[in-house]
Amino acid sequence: MKPGKRLSQFIVFNLFGLISYLIVVILFIILGFIFIRGFSVISWSFLSAMPAEGMTGGGILPAIIGTGCLVVGSILFAFPVGVLSGIYMNEYLKENWFKKFIRMMTNNLAGIPSIVFGLFGMALFVNQLKFGDSILAGSLTLGLMVLPVIIRTTEESLKAVDTSLREGSYALGASKLYTIRRVVLPIAFPNIITGLILSVSRVSGETAPILFTVAAYFLPKLPSGIFDQVMALPYHLYVLTTSGTNIEESRPMAYGTALVLIVIVLIVNMIANAIRRSYRKKLKLR
Amino acid sequence: MKRRMRKILEKITEGILFSSSTVTSLAVLLIILFLFREGLGIFTSTSVDRNNVLAVHSLNPVNELTTQQIGGIFNRDILYWDEVGGTHDSIILFTINEIGNYYNEEELGTDFEFLPQKIDELISHQPNMIAYFPNLYLAGNFHGKVLPHNKIGISEFFAGKSWYPTSEPAAQFGILTLILGTLWVTLGAILIALPIGLVTAIYIGEVAHPRMRSFFKPLIELLAGIPSVVYGFFGLVIIVPMIQKTFNLAVGETALAGSIVLAIMALPVIITIAEDAIRTTPVSLREASLALGASHWQTIIRVILPYSRSGIIAAFILGIGRAIGETMAVLMVTGNAAMIPTTFLEPVRTIPATIAAELGEAPYGGTHFKALFALGIILFIITFAFNTMVEFIRPRKSK
Repeated sequence: MKPGKRLSQFIVFNLFGLISYLIVVILFIILGFIFIRGFSVISWSFLSAMPAEGMTGGGILPAIIGTGCLVVGSILFAFPVGVLSGIYMNEYLKENWFKKFIRMMTNNLAGIPSIVFGLFGMALFVNQLKFGDSILAGSLTLGLMVLPVIIRTTEESLKAVDTSLREGSYALGASKLYTIRRVVLPIAFPNIITGLILSVSRVSGETAPILFTVAAYFLPKLPSGIFDQVMALPYHLYVLTTSGTNIEESRPMAYGTALVLIVIVLIVNMIANAIRRSYRKKLKLR
Repeated sequence: MKRRMRKILEKITEGILFSSSTVTSLAVLLIILFLFREGLGIFTSTSVDRNNVLAVHSLNPVNELTTQQIGGIFNRDILYWDEVGGTHDSIILFTINEIGNYYNEEELGTDFEFLPQKIDELISHQPNMIAYFPNLYLAGNFHGKVLPHNKIGISEFFAGKSWYPTSEPAAQFGILTLILGTLWVTLGAILIALPIGLVTAIYIGEVAHPRMRSFFKPLIELLAGIPSVVYGFFGLVIIVPMIQKTFNLAVGETALAGSIVLAIMALPVIITIAEDAIRTTPVSLREASLALGASHWQTIIRVILPYSRSGIIAAFILGIGRAIGETMAVLMVTGNAAMIPTTFLEPVRTIPATIAAELGEAPYGGTHFKALFALGIILFIITFAFNTMVEFIRPRKSK
């Protein structure tokens, strides 16, 4: 290689590297900014008290509980359906038009904007099925939204299980269902769980789908059933920043809420990565 | 017997598995059904509420008014009848609240029982008046001319420039500003995110040491995992004031702020998918190129990028799709003024932000409500088209 060429390649590659690191820097700026501003707000009472003084004081307990309800509700719906669907796609269906169609629809569902899910949830669950603004309506809407994530991870985890294991099981006279239940699923399960964990992060952060299906602007009591409205962390952050009664004075509350959201996402991502790493090691050992 | 039971059990399980797998398709179909059911009603609705009437004197040559004309008349932008095809006389407005200026309570009766007659009388005496009042008070032997309720036309909806969904007497549902606002913000985001995303994908996929790759990947996943409200919040407290200061603006909530935030949000999508595509290039192709004496850089430009072209295009399309549909972050930083943008330094209003901001206040089943669902249909069609396109462009993973 000519020296000139080598030099220009060196410059280009370093420039590319610089731009890539810039993205990492942006990420750390966002995280660092929220950590620094939010850290002093976080205290036990912030996490365990009701909002007070027109949302400029007190805590965010109802929003935390509300988001918890929505996470549990949507996972209860989406996880079984998603895993069963993934099993059927990978273990039963052959590559034909039907499988292609379902895969296309699943990918399309994943690409639909969250606000459209909000509109749909309002039209079907809130108005048509008369659930009203409720945990049930919100959970189903969010559940549909994360369904593609769970299906995809399930499919991929099942695909990673070696065919020889299946064939070994069949050779021993086990039925298909038995093989899936006793051989394939136990191996794939840890990886399937990562799909669930990522959905938790997605559900706890989404605002647009819950705007018109469940989220309450201000509701200083805890929910007592699935037909209750709840506050939710992301919507609470939105309210605090844009339409609170006193935006300047509720700023610290907003930083605190943003930090709680970020911490949830961080923890969830770390768990998912840890599971994935140990799973990969396990597969290699086989 | 036991064997038969097991067979049945297997069949049942398979049935459950099958029905689960149809849930996503069913959901998409239901979304289409419900969006269209609520949204298409906009084209059979009228801009003037059906419970109210607009009436003029019977000799007034004007027989029909468009939504824009009605809006103009009641905003006092249109002052003379000849501007809407009538005589050169100034227009006198009358709405039901002003009845007290013409008649006293006694004349109207204790239960307003004479109100219809009085309105009729008023219009008969005022040849240049346009009156807006509830149907209820339309006298049986009304002597004026009631203007027909115009349905909202397709061209009025798509090409109309004013979005005043709650103005009376004629609500204006022109979504051109919203479409342009969305395109404007998305265009800006893409101009920022595409080059940066592609360069990063090349760096991570080709240039960087594998160890660096495993450093970058989780961080980019994390960037994708940050909730959109947090991006919006960050944009509002950091990017918006920064833009305001840099360009010396009265307000920092601009299309540019939206574009920057959206670019950051679209980056993970673009990087992940483009990098996947780059890494699926067969090793043999790379090695053949290197063996022929090409430099690493030449191999990237001449061999790897052309080979992974379709995957990179898919990454771009999905990035754009993400940007178009993003709601909360954009809602928080773009200022939401419904006007046609001419520069990136003006506030704009996008389609998703409009839905999020207004659906809560739109009465269920009303014209405004339907208009917002129609906006949802537009969003749905755009993203559905993009995703379907990607299905055909993106190559199957060959391993």
